Amino acid sequence: MGSLKEKHEAQESGFFATRVDALVNWGRKNSLWPMPLGLSCCGIELMAMIGPKFDISRFGAEAARFSPRQCDLLIVAGTLTWKMAQACRTIYDQMPEPKWVIAMGVCSSTGGMYDSYAVVQGVDSILPVDVYVPGCPPRPDAVIDALLKLQKKIERESPLHRLLHEPGTPDERGTGSLLRQPNAAVVRNELDLHPHAPGARRTASER
Amino acid sequence: MTSAEQTAERVHAALANLAAGDGPAPRDGTLTLEVSRGSLHAVLERLKEQAGFETITMVTCVDHLGGRRSEPRFEVVHQLLSIEHRDRVRVKTRVASDDASVPTCTDLWPGASFMEREAYDMFGVTFEGHPNLARLLMPEEYGHHPLRKDFPHQGIEPDRLYKEWDRERRARAAREQAGGSVR
Amino acid sequence: MTRTFEYSPDAEAAALHDDPVHGELMELNIGPQHPATHGVLRLKVDLDGETMRNVEPVVGYLHRGKEKTCESLGWAKFFPHTDRLDYVQPLMNNVGYALALERLAGIEVPRRGQEIRVLLMEISRIAAHLIYLGTTAIDLGAVTMFFNTFKEREKIYGILDAYTGHRMNNTYVRIGGVFADVDERVEGMLREFLESFRREIDGFEAVLTGNRIWYDRNKGVGTITRADALAWALTGPNLRGSGEPHDLRKAEPYSGYEDYEFEVPVGTVGDCYDRYLVRVEEMRQSVRIASQALDRLEDSRGLDVLVEDRRYVLPPKHKVHTSMEELIFQFKIVTDLCLPRGEAYHGIESSKGELGFYVVSDGSSTPVRCHIRAPGLYNVQAIPLLAEGRLLSDMVAIIGSLDFVMGEVDR
Repeated sequence: MGSLKEKHEAQESGFFATRVDALVNWGRKNSLWPMPLGLSCCGIELMAMIGPKFDISRFGAEAARFSPRQCDLLIVAGTLTWKMAQACRTIYDQMPEPKWVIAMGVCSSTGGMYDSYAVVQGVDSILPVDVYVPGCPPRPDAVIDALLKLQKKIERESPLHRLLHEPGTPDERGTGSLLRQPNAAVVRNELDLHPHAPGARRTASER
Repeated sequence: MTSAEQTAERVHAALANLAAGDGPAPRDGTLTLEVSRGSLHAVLERLKEQAGFETITMVTCVDHLGGRRSEPRFEVVHQLLSIEHRDRVRVKTRVASDDASVPTCTDLWPGASFMEREAYDMFGVTFEGHPNLARLLMPEEYGHHPLRKDFPHQGIEPDRLYKEWDRERRARAAREQAGGSVR
Repeated sequence: MTRTFEYSPDAEAAALHDDPVHGELMELNIGPQHPATHGVLRLKVDLDGETMRNVEPVVGYLHRGKEKTCESLGWAKFFPHTDRLDYVQPLMNNVGYALALERLAGIEVPRRGQEIRVLLMEISRIAAHLIYLGTTAIDLGAVTMFFNTFKEREKIYGILDAYTGHRMNNTYVRIGGVFADVDERVEGMLREFLESFRREIDGFEAVLTGNRIWYDRNKGVGTITRADALAWALTGPNLRGSGEPHDLRKAEPYSGYEDYEFEVPVGTVGDCYDRYLVRVEEMRQSVRIASQALDRLEDSRGLDVLVEDRRYVLPPKHKVHTSMEELIFQFKIVTDLCLPRGEAYHGIESSKGELGFYVVSDGSSTPVRCHIRAPGLYNVQAIPLLAEGRLLSDMVAIIGSLDFVMGEVDR
C-alpha cells in the first residue's frame, strides 16, 4: 500500500520524471534483444519468426544473441522438462536487468498437452512471465503480437521510480510464488492408479 | 523381401542346438523367438554371425503387470534387421520383477548401448555387462522407473530435485545480499 | 628465444616434454542450451588443447513421457503427440504411427489415401532436409543458406496451411487414411512449388557444393565405415553415406512406394560431405516422387481417402446426425477405440533414418505398449564415435551432419 502511494505521488508530481520514464521505456521497448530458448517445436516457429518472412527485426528485436548476458527478452519456446528446469532458471538468472519473459506456446504457458511426470506445468513455476502466447505452436504472427503487447507493457513501467526509490529490491515480477505445486498428483486413491496397476479401479462406482 | 518360410528356415538353421521356441505369430509377420535369459546372448550372437542379421533395430521392454499373463513381469524384446536378406526377427525374453536382469548385447552391437540404458531407465531392467548402465532420459538422481504400470502418468514428486536446487540457490542469493553486495 | 612445439596426438609424450599445449584434459560443457546443438542436447567434452578426447552426450532434456502418454490416452488420441516427435517433419511421424496401427488392425488404406500420404511424406522429407541444410550451414558460417532454406520452408508451410489448416504439427493422418482430400487449389500450389524447388536445389548446390570452405570443413570429417554404421544401429542418410544402399522404401515398401520410380543416393566415403550430398540428392528424388504422386492423384479423383471401417474410422458428420448406428460408431470410436490383441512393428524411412513404432495391444482400449524407435537417438549415440580425436570446431559439422531432432531423441 505504501509503495503504491509513493508511486502515485511520484507520477503526479514529476513531469520530468515521466518524460524520462517515457524515453527510457521507448529505448527499451524498441530494442528488445531476444534470447531464444528454443526447446522444441516452438523453436522452429521462433526461427521462422527471425527468418525473412516474419522478420522480427522490424521491431528492433534483431539481435537474437545466444548468450543470456547480452539479452533482455527470454522467449521460452517449447516444452520445459524438470531435467531442463535448472538450466532454464540459470539462464534467466544470468540475464542482466531489466529483463522480460515471453512464454511462447502452450507447453511453456501451462505444460500444454503434456501432463506427465517429466514436464513442468508452465514455465511460470520457475520464472516470472510477462506475456503468455497460446498455440501449439503459435503462428509467428502471434508471437509478434505478444512482442507488441510486451512493448505496451513496458511503456507502462516507471524505471526512474524504481531506480530512485527501490534500488535494492530484486526484480521478481510476474507470479508471486516461484514454485507452485505442479504435478501435485501424488497417488491419492485407487482411481489415480493406472488401470493395469494392482488395486486400480476405473470408475467411482466400482469397488 | 524374403518370405516368412525362408526366414524361419535360415534362423532355425543358425540356431541349430539352442533352445528357442517360436513365439505367437505377431500381426506384422515378423518371426518371433521366445528364449530364456540364459540362452539370450548365444541366440543373438548366432543370429548375428550365422543368420546374417547385421544390425539391431531396437531393445525395449513391455511391462505385463495386470495383464493376462502377468508373471514373469517384464518382457525384454530385441529386434534385429538383416539388410542382406531384407527381413527381421524379434527375440523375446521374460524376466520376473524381483530378478529383472538380462545379459547385454553391447558386445555384439555397440549401438545397443543407448537402447539398453533407456530400457533400464524406464523399467528398471538391468543389463549385465553393460559398460555404462546409467539413466538416459530422466535425471541421474531420479528414483523411479516411469514406464512401469504401477507408476502414475502424472508422476510422483518430479520437482523434488528442482526444489532442493532452488532452496540452495535462494540461500546463496540471500547470503550474497546480506553479505554486502552493494547495488 | 622461441620454442616450437610440434602437434603430437600422444599426450603422454607431450607431457614429458612440458608442452604447454597438451597436458591435463579440460572438461567443456556444451549445452543443453546452445544454438549449434539442434535442440537441447548436452555434450560433455574432454579437451586436450583443441582436440576432443572424450565426448559424452547427455540427452533427456526434452523427455516428455510420450510412451507413457500413449498408454494413458489411447491409440487415436496419441496422433498429435506423434507430430511433436520429429517436429520438422510432423506428417511423416503421423504416417509411421498410423501404419503400425493399421498393421496391427489388419486394415488397408485406400489408393487415394496412400497417394496423399506419399505426397505428404515426401514434402515432409524435403522440409526436414531443408532444416538440416539451413541449420548446419548457419552453424558453419554460411548464413545465406539459413535464409534461403527457411524461405523455401515458408512456401511449404503455406501449402500445408492451405491444406491442413496449420503450418506445422498438422496431425492430418488418421487410422485408415488421411483426414480430408486435397482440392484443386492445393494441387496447384504443390505443382508450382515442386517446379520452382527443382531450380532452388540447384541454387543451394551452387552456394555450397563447390564452395572451398564448405568442402574443407566437411570433407574427411566424421567418417563412418559401413561396418561401424551397422554396429552402431545407424540408418537413413547416415548409413547410406557410408555405402550401404538400404532404404526402407525399397527394401520393405509401404504405402504404395513399390509403384514409384525413384533412386536412392548412396555415398562412398561416409564423411560429412558425402552425407550432405546424399541429402541434397534425396531432396531431388523427393521432388520426383511427389510429382508422380500428384499425377496419380489426378487419376484417382473422387475416390475415398479414408477406409470405410467403422471400428476405427469416424463416420462423416451428416451421417452421425441422422443415423443411430453411425452415432453409436462415433461414440465407440471416440471413447473406446480398441485394437485387436497382438503386437506389430512398422518402420518407415524418415529423413533421419528408420522411424519405427512397436505397438502392443491386449484387445482393450488401453494400449499395453507403444515404443517409438527414434532414429535420432542412435544418431546422437554415434557422436562420440565420430568426434573423438578431432578438433573442437569439427564438432559442429559432425552434429549437423548426423542430423537429429531432440523431440524424437528424447520423446
